[in-house]
Order: sequence, then structure tokens, then C-alpha cells
Amino acid sequence: MNIFVCVKHVPDTAARIDVKARCRIDENITFIMNPYDENALEEAVRLKKVTPEATVIAVTVGGAAAQETLRAALAMGADEAVLLETRSPLDSIQTAGALAEAIRRRGPADIVFTGKAAIDSEGFQTMFRLAAHLGLPAASNVVSFGLNQERAVVTCEMEAGDREVLEMPLPCVIGAAKSLNQPSYPTLPAILKARKKEIHTTVLEALDLPAAAGHVACLDMTPVVDARTPVELKGTFEEIAMEIIHLLRREAKVLP
Amino acid sequence: MKRIGIFIECKNGRLKDAVGGVVTAARCDGGELYALLLEDGGDDGRAALESWGVHTIVDIRGENGPLPYHPSRWAGALARTIRHFDLEALVGLSSLLGKNLLARVAAELDAPLVLDCTAIDAARHTAVKTLYSGKTRATLQTKGAVHLYGIRPNAVAPRSSPSRANRTAYSVALPDDPIRLREIQRSADSGVDLTEADTIIAGGRGMAGPEAFKLLEDCARPLGAAVGASRVAVDSGWVPHRMQVGQTGKTVTPKVYLAAGISGSVQHFAGMKTAGLVIAVNKDPKAAIIQKCDYFVVADLFDIIPALTEQLNKISSKAQAMR
Repeated sequence: MNIFVCVKHVPDTAARIDVKARCRIDENITFIMNPYDENALEEAVRLKKVTPEATVIAVTVGGAAAQETLRAALAMGADEAVLLETRSPLDSIQTAGALAEAIRRRGPADIVFTGKAAIDSEGFQTMFRLAAHLGLPAASNVVSFGLNQERAVVTCEMEAGDREVLEMPLPCVIGAAKSLNQPSYPTLPAILKARKKEIHTTVLEALDLPAAAGHVACLDMTPVVDARTPVELKGTFEEIAMEIIHLLRREAKVLP
Repeated sequence: MKRIGIFIECKNGRLKDAVGGVVTAARCDGGELYALLLEDGGDDGRAALESWGVHTIVDIRGENGPLPYHPSRWAGALARTIRHFDLEALVGLSSLLGKNLLARVAAELDAPLVLDCTAIDAARHTAVKTLYSGKTRATLQTKGAVHLYGIRPNAVAPRSSPSRANRTAYSVALPDDPIRLREIQRSADSGVDLTEADTIIAGGRGMAGPEAFKLLEDCARPLGAAVGASRVAVDSGWVPHRMQVGQTGKTVTPKVYLAAGISGSVQHFAGMKTAGLVIAVNKDPKAAIIQKCDYFVVADLFDIIPALTEQLNKISSKAQAMR
């Protein structure tokens, strides 16, 4: 069984983001594996443990630095790693096309796990596009996953705490949510072993993928500045409560 | 004329509150607005759509009557409606449902999509959204035959622009779908989702345990507010992950965000920096949130929140007595 996991190398959640040139950020910061992809990888590794002869293959598209995220994936339990290397920034349409090609080349896929979204571009769509390329059903925001005789049974989080239970045949694409599992972090021996594994690298441009019809281009990007001037509310607890109510009425107009 | 489709979300037989902002965002010069409904939003809903400037209301049905909710069948129905009416754009709400459906439609049509937009120009095919969890703001251009946008709830204020709308029904024939919807588990708390709430009261480390969230719920009730939490509160197991606001939780844009006992990490700000009014209650005058809010109280939340609840309850019982 080939279990694919698509991962993304993204800026650390705590990193300060500086806009360098038009639409490019200063990448001289710490990068990490996209947090939701860690949940995807953990689920893949758990599935491997209960499946005879399963292989977990981590795939990413990105710059040479994305190797670090693949090393982390290998240390967390992936058996193989594939990098489609490119220096150009890709939109989700191009990313999905590239991931689909990588999966087809290594294939065949029995199941594909990935995070429900990437925390840098926040597109929430690559997994669905990947599924469409591969002609597979997909479920996102998955909080529980199980296999029942060649069929995946997943619970997905909907609005206000509602959940839906979906069932679909394999292969399929699963978009992991944070509460799907608790990723187990790698041990030192696993990290050392991962360093010796090969990362199968292909230059994306060499694949000569057909150009997509649709595209999203960045025209401009600016840092967001916090423009709030804090004002302290003072008084007795009751006075402060009345002051807050006044603000809810007059400034925010959420109270009549 | 540019034909702009708008996916209208309903809940319990009524239009969702944030729909007005979505229609307003979709308006553009020379745009003809098609409101696409997969569920009935009632007469009030149709009147509201007219008040926001919709020209045509399309009731989408299956071959044998209404199309019950199903993620990929609903997406398939929207994709077919776009083709049938030759729409050049589809604008929807960037709610959990909207994100899922718009992404499925975009994948099916291989069309560009931008979710979580704070503004769009449907005529010029541009959208504004934050990237890197709220740390930067980008203007994006979509190119393609059909353009899809999801509007962040509450990011665009509804403005009226009355019109008369035609009403038409469109029946779609859908192929068999590999996904089987086994069941929908309704949550006990039937309130609004955090991402769509007008008012949010959120608790963090200062809550010191799960019990204190009851205080926030008591305060939220008379306000019709939703209760959120910081990552610390979620990681400590006090509340479920779906209540988390922040980088690995939900991004919210309420009119009011009341932060109780939340220090205000960078990751937390990522999830709520586009909120309207930010009010912070914290014992620690050095907490980061004190520097980045509109109003703050340096006090114990266990004193302030119950006092606020008491005053809110007095007001709502007074309002009820007058009715």
C-alpha cells in the first residue's frame, strides 16, 4: 500500500514576516513543516503500523530548503521523500498539478493525506485540486479517520461543532485537521537515521507540465500594521462593566 | 454585462447574517447579480436579496425536488449552475461550508479561487486578503474563464441597493458520487460558528481551568456572543480545538473581541487582528495584548466578567419587561 503525504515548508508561526521585494518575503527566518501536515503525516504513519507492506511517501514542491521539511517527515516515520524543486512561487493550481505529477510518477497512490490548509498562503484548496487531478474523492477538516474494507470512513468538522461522517472508496484524499491526532515527535535515533536517507529530487521545470488555464498572481503585498491606541478603563468592577456595555452599544453597535 | 453568481448560505431556513456583506462585495459596475440558493431562504430572504441589489434569484434543485446537503453533490450543482447561466464569477462566504464548497467547485472547473477575502473587485478580478496569518496583506489577481472568491464573514458591511429580482428554478442532473454522507452529528451548542460571530468572548491561560469557561458562556448568552479560546486553553484540554482562535485555529473578524486572561501571542493575534473593537481584561499590565487592543482593564477576569454578566442580564430583563 502506497500512502502519500503532501507536506509544505512554511515560515514558523512565531517568525516575523518582512516584505522584501514585491510579493516576496524575507526568507531568512525559521521554517517548519506546515502544522496540519504534521497531523497528516502522523495519521499516515499510524495507518502504516496496522497495514502490512505499507510505504509512506512524503512529497513536497518548493525550494531546496524544503528538504528540511522532508527530513523532518522522514524522522517522523516517512519511508521515502520526494522533492519537486522550483524557485518560482506557485499558486495552488500549479502546486496541485505538480503534486499530482509527482504522485503519478512514484505511484500508484492508495491514499493521500495532507493538511487541510497551509498556514502561509491560507488557500484551503490545494488538496481538492490535487484530488480533481487524480480523479479521487476528497474530504477536508478531518478529525477522525478509519478504514473499513477498502473504504475510508472519516468524520469532518462542520460549523459550530457539527460533524459529518463521510464514507468513500480508496484511493482518496484526506485533509487533516488539528484534532485528528497528536503528532509524536521524532526520537534522536530517528532524526539521525533520516539524515542518511535519500531525497528524490526532480527539478519541476524539467517535467514540462502543461500550463494551467487559471492562475492567481500577486500584485502587491504590504505588512499589516496594528493601528490601535489602547485606552485604559478604570473604576469599580461595576463601573468598568457599564463602560464596556457603553462601548458595545455606541462604538460596536452590537447591543441596542 | 458581467454575470456574477453569489452562493447564498442559509441556516435553519433563513439567510445567514453575513450574506448581505457577500452580496455587497460582489457588486460591481456592469455586474448582473445571480443569487444561487441550494436551500430555501424564505420570503424574508428573497426580500433581503432584493434590498442588496440581486437581479436574479436561482433556486437550484435536483431532478426530484430539493437537493439535500452533500458536500460534493452541492459543489457539483454549483459548478453546473455556473456553466448553465454562463457566470463569469462565483462569490460566496468564506465560512467552513463556503470554503469547502468553493474549493470543490474551483477544483472541478480548474478555476482560480481566493478565500478569506476582505475586499474584491469582481470587474477587475482582484481580491485583497491577508497572508502569513494576518502578518501581511496582499492584492491578488485571478486569471481564467471563471473567478471564485470567498468573502471573510463580517469583513464587508452590507449596504442596500434595492432592485427587483426575477426568480427562476434550475434543475441539475448529477452523476453518482463516490462519497456517501453517512450522517450529520449535530452539536449540543447550536450557536453561531466562531468565524461568523458578531461578538466573541475568548479565554486564555488566565481562565486557569475548564470551569471558568462557564463564566464566559454566562456572559456570552445575553450578548448572543460566541465563546473562543487561546491555544493554551485548548492544549491544556479545557475546551475543544474548534474553539481555538489563532494561527492553527480559526481566523475571526467579529465586531467585538473581548479577550479574558489572554496574553496575546503573535499566533493568537494572527487569528483576530482584523476584529473591530478589541477589549482586553488581564491582570498583567505587561501582557502583549494590552499594547495592541482598543480598550483594556487591568484586573482579574474573575471580578470583571461576572460584573459584566450581571449588568447585561439586568439590561436584557429590563428589555423583556418593556416588551
